[in-house]
Amino acid sequence: MLATLIRLLGDFDLAEEARQEAFAAALEQWVDAVPANPSAWLIKTGRNKAIDRIRRDVLFRTKVQSREIASAEADAAGQDEETGDTFGDDRLRLIFTCCHPALSAEAQIALTLREVCGLSTPAVARAFLVAEETMAQRLVRAKRKIRDAGIPYETPEPPLFDERIDGVLAVVYGVFTEGYAATQGARLLDTELCAEAIRLGRLLDELMPSRPDVIGLLALMLLHDARRPARVSGTGDVVLLEDQDRSLWDRGGMTEGLALIDRALGIAGPVSAYVVQAAIAALHVRAGRKEDTDWPQIVGLYEVLLRIQPSPVVELNHAVAVSMVDGPARALALVDSLAARGPLLAEYHLLHSARGRLLEQLERAQEAREAYERALECVAVEPERRLLEARIDRLR
Amino acid sequence: MQYLLLIYANEAEYAGMSPEQGKAMHAEYTEFTKGIVQSGHFKGADRLRPTSMASTVRVRNGKAATTDGPFAETREQLGGYYMVEAKNLDEAIAIAAKIPGAKHGSIEVRPVWPLEG
Repeated sequence: MLATLIRLLGDFDLAEEARQEAFAAALEQWVDAVPANPSAWLIKTGRNKAIDRIRRDVLFRTKVQSREIASAEADAAGQDEETGDTFGDDRLRLIFTCCHPALSAEAQIALTLREVCGLSTPAVARAFLVAEETMAQRLVRAKRKIRDAGIPYETPEPPLFDERIDGVLAVVYGVFTEGYAATQGARLLDTELCAEAIRLGRLLDELMPSRPDVIGLLALMLLHDARRPARVSGTGDVVLLEDQDRSLWDRGGMTEGLALIDRALGIAGPVSAYVVQAAIAALHVRAGRKEDTDWPQIVGLYEVLLRIQPSPVVELNHAVAVSMVDGPARALALVDSLAARGPLLAEYHLLHSARGRLLEQLERAQEAREAYERALECVAVEPERRLLEARIDRLR
Repeated sequence: MQYLLLIYANEAEYAGMSPEQGKAMHAEYTEFTKGIVQSGHFKGADRLRPTSMASTVRVRNGKAATTDGPFAETREQLGGYYMVEAKNLDEAIAIAAKIPGAKHGSIEVRPVWPLEG
């Protein structure tokens, strides 16, 4: 509904106020009888309230030109027979607007949580671990940029669509990973954010059916999320995949995720990185015991991923998988060559902790401890720090 | 909406161009400009002399002080601009991406802020 009002009124703030006024009016008027199509009624009422406001308010009159009122009225005239499809189109428009690359990555995620998911500003502020006031200002600035820079409120046409969809998926996955592996502070998981990301994934799949990348992303999130109950111990400590109690994994999420992968693989076209990542996650959840994990196939999938979406993170995970097939010595050579490549990687805590584990397996205790200590210097999440400290203690 | 597309590039690289390269570049710009004039997006354009030809003026306490060039040590310098009319930011970005200089330097896309009243 908000998405439709934004399209009709061309202004985020105006649309939000209109929605609130429409709800207030509904509270008074629906006592007697609820209209046949409540959403259409709310939109029509909200639009009328906004137009009243524009006419009343001199400030708004300068902001929204009279021709825009005329066009809003003309649009709304054809709006009375509103169908579900148009709501869907409007939501997709809103998603593409919030995820526009002219906005900073942080602003994209914050706006999506606020405007598409409908999270309150305090809730978005908590997700980013910033003060409510800071987040409110950030949202205001982002909305001002949408208006003043002329960021269009529309779903782009191809070929631009293909360019922008990656950004939208990155925002959804960003919401998920922020919830799944909080990068700062004392807590490790934020289940609310994970749930929002999965809801967004489902929404995208509904609005843009049969896209392997969308389906793959949804599958990936569901499969990660299925392991969530086993990922943190009762004391809030990290439990590594190999040590997790697999009976705690959520069967429902696993089944749905696996079925989605089959659906994505059934669609012709180039392989999406999300599908490959989901397939890797699937091989982990399919293994009833850790000894049953199909590591050779995981190595193969990481090699596919390295070709279509190379990154240091993928290289590191590939190296870890290689250690399970060819042993730690070969994997350590891969990790060392990665570490030698750039100063930024020297700050990547997972690289050092992976190195530590490989050195430990090679019984090079002193070097392993140094690697863990280096990892500890780079990590900011408290539970991960405790995991590393336990490792270091064990090597003393 | 109107957008100013500011073309930033490394002047030293431009200065080091051979006459053939310069000619080819000029031809590319001519073609691009013709295209946006025909499509109706064009509002204006200019190229600028290098920053070594620039002066900077500041008035402090009523006194004007002039110095040589902009002193900021940046890798890319403003070398020219296009003023275009576009339906929204996406259209402006699409035009900016076709400016020949975008392949070497960068284009800053700035919405024009009309004066009120």
